[in-house]
Amino acid sequence: MTTVADPQAAEHRLNRAAIRPGRIITWTLLFIGGVIMVTPLLYMLSTSLKSAGQIYDLQLIPANPTLNNYIAVLSDGRFMRWFFNSTFIAVCSTLSAVFFDSMVGYTLAKFQFRGRFLVFIAILSTLMIPTEMLVIPWYLMSAQLGWINTYWGIMFPGMITAFGVFLMKQFFESVPDDFLEAARIDGLNEFQIWWKVAMPLVTPAISALAIFTFLGNWTAFFWPLIVTNSRELYTLPVGLSSFAVEQSIQWEMIMTGAALATIPTLIVFLVLQRYIVRGVMLAGLKG
Amino acid sequence: MATITLEGLSKVYGKGVKAVREIDLDIADGEFVVLVGPSGCGKSTTLRMIAGLEEISGGTLKIGGRVVNMQDPKQRNIAMVFQNYAIYPHMTVRQNIGFGLYTSKLDKAQKNQRIDAAAETLGLTPYLERRPAALSGGQRQRVAIGRAMVRDPVAFLFDEPLSNLDAQLRAQMRIEIKRLHQRLGTTIVYVTHDQVEAMTLADRIVVMRDGDILQVGSPTELYENPVDIFTARFIGSPAMNLLPATRTAGGVTIDGTSVQVALPAGGGDKLLIGVRPHEFVVDPSRAGQPGAFAVEGVVDAVEPLGPETLVHIKVGATEAIATAPGRVVPAVGQTVTAMAQPGSLHLFDAKTEKALPRP
Repeated sequence: MTTVADPQAAEHRLNRAAIRPGRIITWTLLFIGGVIMVTPLLYMLSTSLKSAGQIYDLQLIPANPTLNNYIAVLSDGRFMRWFFNSTFIAVCSTLSAVFFDSMVGYTLAKFQFRGRFLVFIAILSTLMIPTEMLVIPWYLMSAQLGWINTYWGIMFPGMITAFGVFLMKQFFESVPDDFLEAARIDGLNEFQIWWKVAMPLVTPAISALAIFTFLGNWTAFFWPLIVTNSRELYTLPVGLSSFAVEQSIQWEMIMTGAALATIPTLIVFLVLQRYIVRGVMLAGLKG
Repeated sequence: MATITLEGLSKVYGKGVKAVREIDLDIADGEFVVLVGPSGCGKSTTLRMIAGLEEISGGTLKIGGRVVNMQDPKQRNIAMVFQNYAIYPHMTVRQNIGFGLYTSKLDKAQKNQRIDAAAETLGLTPYLERRPAALSGGQRQRVAIGRAMVRDPVAFLFDEPLSNLDAQLRAQMRIEIKRLHQRLGTTIVYVTHDQVEAMTLADRIVVMRDGDILQVGSPTELYENPVDIFTARFIGSPAMNLLPATRTAGGVTIDGTSVQVALPAGGGDKLLIGVRPHEFVVDPSRAGQPGAFAVEGVVDAVEPLGPETLVHIKVGATEAIATAPGRVVPAVGQTVTAMAQPGSLHLFDAKTEKALPRP
């Protein structure tokens, strides 16, 4: 049964809600935050549509927009190579991190063994060391193993991450043991239980981890710059920065390359974020 | 189908915490046995040891005559239904039921045949392509039972399967489980803390407390002849009244009043007289009945149930529940006489809490 409310009263409530001071402040802050975040992206897009002579004209809408920069960048073999390198490295690292972080997180969350807490603390403690401090040991290790200037050398530090292990462990802890025990009684081995039962139940965490890992690897600059010395193995951020060093800062080309570089990250986010939402819905309906 | 035998089975956690203490139990082929007891009594641990989910600390477990102490759950060929269903939210009903056959060597057609048969038996055919989120609690529990059924196991283990359902659905599912057992004839071990479930479902009930088995028997045996105070109060609803009494030459005194009861020899002077509420009647029309056990008390509260009324009375400091037949509803504060036939009384030694021979 529905109750028919007084339309005037409803309108009055609506007006009061609309002019609530808290709401105004919230929306204002959100608007300012949005502007701060979006403006550089808009300028990046705008600059990518300007010719070389127009780039210091700070108008947001280009006077004579052109796609020549895009044609130039896309027809430049180096850009496509760097694009491939970044894609390959980010995809491999993401798959590896999701696989290994989930496995370690699952083990720490669902198996009782001596020293489990110590192992977890040891993994967590690596989060407190800044990347810059790790670059030298990574480099020495890569040099000894012959990984300098190889894909493997670029990828190995990101193939298993402490943050990912922590994230996945926390999510796996919320998976009821009954699910795993039911599968155990049905005769699945521990790997099958992890893969067929536990993993699908933490899809939101996997999606979040995949997004973070992909973005982290896609935008990584410092380590790929250190470990590579051949232009063939540059990733996109390293390659784009070389536009600035070698060719008297071609801003329009850098911005065009950066605009193109955002496309894969957008795709990854758009594809995976629906799994996050679906996962939250599943969790809400359970039991 | 198979027999299940527990010989001196025990479970010790950590530094000597005994969850199950050397229990012995023989479960016959096709029998429906219910383990019942309060939380922490060891009933679920016992079930999990039978399932193979819990390591056995001592004793022997046999299924179908074979010692299975060291076998994995799968090798025991048993199926288990969990309290929270444990059906996978990311799979459809068909996939969930079929998951029980994941490691089976049957071909796809045979698997589908089994899934369809189980779904048909449980009334799940229209829901086979749905996800668990689109099912009611009762349907989800049926899916869990279906997943157990398709494996054609030698025994079903149920771990408080109806606890998450509302009262109406629980009663309905209880009947369905009973019918399923009658149809399949498979051995069932069922754990619950609900004595109504135990009474209605079991061929035999195993009452447990603190890791020990207190009594094993049919529901009627346990109701009629509880061996101690714990079982007496645990089985039957409302729980049995226990009135403290002191043995005298002609009978007993209850709260300073002499009451005539023929007492058996043996036991201490301090007794507890047990009488079930349904046999403890407040009925003025039967007042003065010769030979009856009669106690006076003050009405504390009444619960009219329609065909009868539960009358809460205070006999001295002891609270008791009696029954008033028909539409007789005594007033609160009124002094009434509750009566019971001598044959319906249970006697317990107050010190040992063990049952004495009935009068």
